[in-house]
Amino acid sequence: MSEHIVTKKQYSLVFGILLVLTLTTTWVSYIDLGKLNVVVALVIAVVKSMLVVLFFMHVYWSTKLNKLVVVAGLAWLSLLLWLTLTDIFTRGWLPFPGK
Amino acid sequence: MANQSLALRHQFDDVVQQKDASTFGMWLFLSTEVLFFGGMFCCYTVYRSLYPAAFGIASNHLNLVLGGVSTAVLICSSFFMACAVNSAAIGKKNAIVGYLALTILFAVAFLVIEMSEWHMIYQEGMMPGFNFTYRELDPRHVQLFFSLYFSMTGLHASHVTIGIGLLAVTAFRAWRGTFTPEYYTPVEIVGLYWHFVDLVWIFLFPLYYLIARHLH
Repeated sequence: MSEHIVTKKQYSLVFGILLVLTLTTTWVSYIDLGKLNVVVALVIAVVKSMLVVLFFMHVYWSTKLNKLVVVAGLAWLSLLLWLTLTDIFTRGWLPFPGK
Repeated sequence: MANQSLALRHQFDDVVQQKDASTFGMWLFLSTEVLFFGGMFCCYTVYRSLYPAAFGIASNHLNLVLGGVSTAVLICSSFFMACAVNSAAIGKKNAIVGYLALTILFAVAFLVIEMSEWHMIYQEGMMPGFNFTYRELDPRHVQLFFSLYFSMTGLHASHVTIGIGLLAVTAFRAWRGTFTPEYYTPVEIVGLYWHFVDLVWIFLFPLYYLIARHLH
């Protein structure tokens, strides 16, 4: 049920956090964390996108059916990434030419 | 009520069911959009893991100030969109139009910033297919980075452009007084699309602009 009205105050709070996280991710990118740089950048991006999806896009208050669609979309995305990357990264593991 | 026919079409039991059906349909569409962009992000992941050094070099040629400001501008735009939905829900007609106008203004600002970034890359000789004269370290894979950059930001920018059209139509309808607290589904649905556009940029920004800032 989507009759929940989100107030401007709630939106402003999310908006503020999004801006702070944008500054944070930019600042952190200047610090050398080795392989962790990409991890930190992606974690911040995921947190930001969760804020947008849950509150700006009202999924937090939406029907179970809608939540299922969101989860299904992400599940298909992870299938896409997972199957492609397992292929790419396991090439050359077997001592056959072209495998 | 003036908009009786819009408020409830006959195939639905009630307005709540009607609104849920619209939201459901939009989310199905957005799921396909996730996969549409997902394919490109997948391609990016593969090539970045194969040629991390070239991607780092190429990334530092992007203008971080322009990238950062455009990110903030798009988040502002998303916030005004959210405010427009709130105004629609509480029935403030003029506020809907005002907030949608602000959303459009920031969307246009985003496009202007992005175009100037593209123009700078073009002038630097790093635009594959048009002007690619970079001959320093690993030019082939730097070119690959910029091909992906222009494909993904270009696809995103086309979504922004379509969004501006949708927002303009919605603002016009709001100005005409189409929406009431009982019926403002189009405002909400356009909002979902607009936040999705913001969502894509939330990933594009760190993955293109912030790869290798710590190396220089």
